[in-house]
Amino acid sequence: MNLNKRQTFASEKWKKLQTKKGIIIYVGAASCGRAAGCDAVTEAIRKYLKENNLKADILEVGCIGLCCFEPIVYIQKDEIPPICYANLSPKIIPKLLEDIFKKGDLRRDLALGVIGEKAHGSIPIIYEHPMMKSQVRIVLRNCGIIDPNDIDHYIAKDGYAGINKALRMKPEEVIEIVKKSGIKGRGGAGFPTALKWELCRNAKGEPKYIVCNADEGDPGAFMNRSLLEGDPHAVLEGMLIAAYAIGAPHGYIYIREEYPLAIERLKIAIQQMHDYSLLGEKIMDTNFSFDIEIKEGAGAFVCGEETALLASLMGQRGMPRTRPPFPATSGVWGKPTVINNVETLGTIATIIREGWKWYSGFGAKTAKGTKTFSLVGKIKRTGLIEVPLGTKIKDIVYDVGGGILNDKKFKAVQTGGPSGGCIPASKIDLRIDYESLTSVGAIMGSGGLIVMDEETCMVDIAHYFLTFTQEESCGKCTPCRIGTKRMLEMLEKIKKGDGEESDLELLEDLAPTIKNASLCGLGQTAPNPVLTTLRYFKNEYEAHIKNKRCPALVCKDLIAFNIDAKKCIGCGLCKKNCPVEAISGATKKAHVIDLDKCIKCSICYQICPVEGKAVFKTSGGSK
Amino acid sequence: MKSEKFSIKKSIKPFKDKKGTLITILQHVQKEYGYLSKETISTIADELSKSENEIYGVATFYSQFKFNKPGKHQVKVCLGTACHVRGGHELMETVERQLVIKHGEKTKDSQFSLERVACMGCCALAPVMVVDKEIYGKTTSTKVKQILNKYKNNGGR
Repeated sequence: MNLNKRQTFASEKWKKLQTKKGIIIYVGAASCGRAAGCDAVTEAIRKYLKENNLKADILEVGCIGLCCFEPIVYIQKDEIPPICYANLSPKIIPKLLEDIFKKGDLRRDLALGVIGEKAHGSIPIIYEHPMMKSQVRIVLRNCGIIDPNDIDHYIAKDGYAGINKALRMKPEEVIEIVKKSGIKGRGGAGFPTALKWELCRNAKGEPKYIVCNADEGDPGAFMNRSLLEGDPHAVLEGMLIAAYAIGAPHGYIYIREEYPLAIERLKIAIQQMHDYSLLGEKIMDTNFSFDIEIKEGAGAFVCGEETALLASLMGQRGMPRTRPPFPATSGVWGKPTVINNVETLGTIATIIREGWKWYSGFGAKTAKGTKTFSLVGKIKRTGLIEVPLGTKIKDIVYDVGGGILNDKKFKAVQTGGPSGGCIPASKIDLRIDYESLTSVGAIMGSGGLIVMDEETCMVDIAHYFLTFTQEESCGKCTPCRIGTKRMLEMLEKIKKGDGEESDLELLEDLAPTIKNASLCGLGQTAPNPVLTTLRYFKNEYEAHIKNKRCPALVCKDLIAFNIDAKKCIGCGLCKKNCPVEAISGATKKAHVIDLDKCIKCSICYQICPVEGKAVFKTSGGSK
Repeated sequence: MKSEKFSIKKSIKPFKDKKGTLITILQHVQKEYGYLSKETISTIADELSKSENEIYGVATFYSQFKFNKPGKHQVKVCLGTACHVRGGHELMETVERQLVIKHGEKTKDSQFSLERVACMGCCALAPVMVVDKEIYGKTTSTKVKQILNKYKNNGGR
């Protein structure tokens, strides 16, 4: 393939789209957009266009990361650049389109910003939006901007220029650039990427393999899904470069089956690469040949661990093994193998294209570059973000995330999934990099940032994660299999109000044993959520044990629901929706909950329309 | 049964001589039949010249594989971290109550089966539930009835 020719063609195609006369509608159609109802919105748009005899191109793009504003649609018309509209519903569509197309009113109230480089009238560019402003988008640069199903869009955005450049260098030189960039593995452990490559390149045994780890199993993390859905070629180009650097003729993408849309987009992208001779024999007229195969995982969290992943890739039970030998010397079919995370690979092409100096200009001293995070939980603006490493937790929670949902009190942020820890609000000035997170007992992990407020019970959170790791423990080694079970039993006891003070000592005693003696990362990190919550929120554990009280009003066995007779307006909504008929009261009179009947389902609490809620929870005293 | 055996053999064929494809084969067969029956496992074992034990050994390790026929509509409630802190467990309990089954079970009329999943990757829209392929974001307990009714009334879409 002649890249120059392709680039010229692709750039023109991209430019044409930007300057095309008529209406173009871009729909944010990643999994999250679909969950938020983008299909119904698109349907409403089509209906309106048809009824009004308007013609338009409708294009599906990936997720721009503003997930809390979904469904999102960008509307472009003649000289008006694509403007991003948020929180749409089929109901709003006719009026919105009527205003834009017929009245020339761009509906500033619903617009988030312009997708482009210039503001349009009073509508600023999207990157000026408070959620986007402090982000640095390197990995996510194309997500939500280009059509992920069109390789030309990717090429127009300098796609495949990285591999083009790499193929003109010696593999060792490519590794050197990656080394100087300072990038560390983005999957969680933070092992320097170039070192992995070098070890594999120098290892004996042929053929070598490159594996893309897309088994994003941490609950609460979806960075890899979004990247694969929004810009699959970025990851695939990274794989090409890695394969060239280590000398691998074959690669695998191990992706979890829970991500059907990402799998579909990858398949399309791989086919397009074949069509453009970017896969197969003699890529870009060099002697480099490479092919990629997709392997779907089958739903086992432990398969994110590299040796378990390898076992699963080879069709076996996904159980980890002891290391060494490391995969770099003995991986797929016993051959030298590099396993890189999706985000790591998604960054590589940009590093090669722009140079290591440019990349290492971002980030902190010991942690170069940017990192994507899924910002979720009790936060106003949830979504997928990318910030330089070394950014303060405070800046992420308040500047990017807009603060805590319903202006409640910020309690903690959880990083690193079930292997990570809870960082308390008092450490809000902590800068996010590998070392500082480890110093507070958490880990970087793959990038889930789950924000917790005063209504989150830390004992419940520890219990939640232990339930998860206990279930996902593969059972091979005893400390993990039985240790996590015992920890979980103690947490269950505490949650129910049956805990004893000695349980806390036992937990603290058992944790290091599990950490030190477990075979793989799952067990070695499983106690982290318990240890960090014990370290920073011991008072909550003590309240559960000594006072039989859940301060956050979460643990069911320790709380009760009541109705404030002064606030209750007697609307009857709670009574009507109570599944066990525990609520009584006449219309317009204060209602009462029969505590013996109440199953604490919380529906009355959720549904109460009174401002400040007439239904309230209590805890403590009697059990 | 004879025809099923035949089509299982057919779907195994492209992978039969490649190494490490057992999981892929199981995925293909399950996609076709919805679950892995005893007979299916036995056919696969014969075809691959492996023992049924070996096949079960791999299949039972992974949560994707089912050994009982699922209901007409498959309901999944996400219990990922983001969903958990935004009320995923309450959502699960509500669904269980409405369907009168626990997760991992099937309703008597075989209309619904209920599962929990660790994370759908739609964390920004938590809590999330999925019916068949439709994802429902920001599903509070109060919306459950309405969602399930959609599938009860018209027998599914």
